[in-house]
Amino acid sequence: MELSINKAKFTPKVFILVALILLATGMFFGILGGLQYIIPGFLKEALSFQKTRPLHVSSILFWILFASMGAVLTYLKEHTGNKLYSNNLSRLLFILFVISILSILIAYFTGKFGGREYWEFPPILSLPIIIGWIIFLINFAFSLDSLKSQPVYIWMWLTGIIFFLFTFLESYLWLFPYFNNQVVNDMNIQWKSYGSMVGSWNMLIYGASMYLMTKISNDRSYAYSTKAFVLYFAGLFNLMFNCGHHIYTLPTQPYVQYISYSVSMTELLILGNIIYGWKATLTKAQKFFHRDAYRFLVAADVWVFLNLILAICMSVPAINVYTHGTHITVAHAMGTTIGINTMLLLAVCYDILKDTCISLDPYQKLMKLGFWLANSSLFVFWIALIGAGVLKSKWQMNSDQIAFSLMMQNLSAFFIVFTISGVLLLAGILLSIYPLFKNHLACFFSEK
Amino acid sequence: MLPDKQKFIVFIVLCIGFLSYSGFLYTHLPVSNTNFSITEAKGKTLWQEHNCTACHQIYGLGGYLGPDLTNEYSLKGPDYIHIFLQAGNNIMPNYHLSESEIQDLIAYLKSVDRSGKSDPRKFSINTNGTINQ
Repeated sequence: MELSINKAKFTPKVFILVALILLATGMFFGILGGLQYIIPGFLKEALSFQKTRPLHVSSILFWILFASMGAVLTYLKEHTGNKLYSNNLSRLLFILFVISILSILIAYFTGKFGGREYWEFPPILSLPIIIGWIIFLINFAFSLDSLKSQPVYIWMWLTGIIFFLFTFLESYLWLFPYFNNQVVNDMNIQWKSYGSMVGSWNMLIYGASMYLMTKISNDRSYAYSTKAFVLYFAGLFNLMFNCGHHIYTLPTQPYVQYISYSVSMTELLILGNIIYGWKATLTKAQKFFHRDAYRFLVAADVWVFLNLILAICMSVPAINVYTHGTHITVAHAMGTTIGINTMLLLAVCYDILKDTCISLDPYQKLMKLGFWLANSSLFVFWIALIGAGVLKSKWQMNSDQIAFSLMMQNLSAFFIVFTISGVLLLAGILLSIYPLFKNHLACFFSEK
Repeated sequence: MLPDKQKFIVFIVLCIGFLSYSGFLYTHLPVSNTNFSITEAKGKTLWQEHNCTACHQIYGLGGYLGPDLTNEYSLKGPDYIHIFLQAGNNIMPNYHLSESEIQDLIAYLKSVDRSGKSDPRKFSINTNGTINQ
């Protein structure tokens, strides 16, 4: 059992274990935030929403980053036949990211902010992330002999790593007065970078899930097929050019709206492909559903379908004008982050952490309960947010608006449902990951 | 199976398109010849240092616990904003801001207000699905 980060024993599994801790932490702060919605003034002085929101967002973003790095390094090693360029660089990457997230969480607790969406910490704390990510890129690139005849997941990982670095640096252009000296200019570039950045970590996650699917089905043909590459390029095209759908209502140049709107509609191709392949997906699901990792892949498929429909609707400016600034946007963000990204990454976690000195079999019932609890409560959570969003949208468009505080009071029933379902969602996730943790720790200490 | 050469060509064409689009957006910012005044710039720094975006939105982007503040200045006026900044309310903490910090934040919100309208009722919808401000 290899868990330590010392030189001889370092393994990418530690990325996954830290990622799971951050997932639970992030969800815990999410619940605190939910309580602050339904109990006005709750923890107002000690831990106001100004702190709980970034604590929640950064923990979840680092869950995604840690799990993605762990997945890519583990699977790259498997793909290249145990040939990772440098174990020392992986260890350094791990240390830099641990320093990063710890200092970020401390900064939030002590009230030090950079005040930007997603990355709400002081800009100086982005340095270890940038250095770490360059190390990740070097380690990845030098582990491959060439890009020739590589499956699609290698292309996805490489573009994911490159574009995250590019967009992360781009999101700090505001430090230059040229970009920062006017609010519309600043938001224009800020949301351009964020739109593409989400696509870049999606590339890492979807690539990992495609590798896992290849491994489970023992069929490598799809990963090399023309169809897989066409869908990959469609995804890359969206990553690059549909970023403007966040800022349709910003007074920016009209072509930003037209380009994003047109490019977003190519997602219909992806939606069509899902519907076309539905029957084959169902057959495969029945065949492999008993496998813990595969169950999460199937769940993610359902969430992709639901969220893609929502995303395509929101990408139409005429619809977006109703949904923008409402909880429908939150439903979309939560649906994709939890329903798609987290389900895919949990599948990867199960695959990477399943081999321990103790069997996971005795926990099967518990893990299945966790799976169903997490997904059913997420569905209620998602619907509650959409319900709140519809009412807020109605309020936003009403010519005779009541006060904001009264409108929020009218939404309280939805907030109560989404907070309770958030608690159940956390319980489901904890039940799902508890056996993985328990076994790893037991094996680690038995070896000691 | 796509030949490697075709994959590289598509990838390079997309990357060139992306870099050109990015460069174009950097050099053609929506608003030219406008700078924050010193007080507005200080107000923006305070806005970020207090992480106001966790609860409030500008142009519909940010947190949803508090209201969108894009046009708060023209809708409610500086005195109304002053009261909130000075004492907070049952949800918003009192940040114990000095009078000059309050004035800086009001100046920043005034500059945001000047930049455009965020009220979705003001947008016109076209039959092709696009919107006009």
